[in-house]
Amino acid sequence: MNLRRDVFQAIADPTRRAILLLVASQALTAGAIASNFDTARPTVSKHLQILTECELLEQKQSGREIYYYINAKNMKQVADFIEPFRKMWDERFNTLETIMKKYKSKK
Amino acid sequence: MELKTKVNAEDGNHDIIITREFDLPLELLFRAFSEPELIEQWMGTKVLKFEAKKHGSWEFEKTDAKGNVVLKTDGVIHEFIPNKKITRTFEMANTPFGVQLEATEFEKLTDDTSKVNMHVIYESVAQRDQVLKLPFAQGINWAHNRIQEILSKLK
Repeated sequence: MNLRRDVFQAIADPTRRAILLLVASQALTAGAIASNFDTARPTVSKHLQILTECELLEQKQSGREIYYYINAKNMKQVADFIEPFRKMWDERFNTLETIMKKYKSKK
Repeated sequence: MELKTKVNAEDGNHDIIITREFDLPLELLFRAFSEPELIEQWMGTKVLKFEAKKHGSWEFEKTDAKGNVVLKTDGVIHEFIPNKKITRTFEMANTPFGVQLEATEFEKLTDDTSKVNMHVIYESVAQRDQVLKLPFAQGINWAHNRIQEILSKLK
């Protein structure tokens, strides 16, 4: 299977976003990452595979363990999941601006 | 196109900075943040209490179409300087997200434009990141079970 993965599809999944957040603070093994989720281990492995394929995660061998860490070059992708939060404030502020402009002309 | 509202959340930090420039005079912008009937309109929330003064407290409530309360937020106002700064705490009732400290500063740019700068400080990096992961895309109309669902996934 050699599908080219879509980064946006990758970060659209809540489990994958949670994985990125976990690994953002420190490199972790697949086992350590899986222990944070109720999901079955193979499901977590699948998520790790997708994140690695789209180069959001990188693997590094350390002794017998493989550690996953955030691909620093793609840190911008991490910033992308604050986008919904930013949009929420943007929409609120757009409403504020519209309301206050009307308010101003009424006065 | 440059984004009007900017959010800066640096990796590994426990704060967020939200900035936005408005086509509004400073005084009007400040009123939108300090008068209950105006807050209700742009925040889409009911203002139960808003004491615009030092040591005042505030309480907002969000209801769904049937009138059920889906989210209650409250806190205290620590500093209230007209046209300049509001410092308050913010908490979502009955959620495990803890308390956040918000310093909102208002700045005049020209006679008709102004800027707001919100500095939101969380108790920890983990807390900030959890709050950022809430499903904002759907607005903040989350029912508590939705929050529970997300939290159980994080466990």
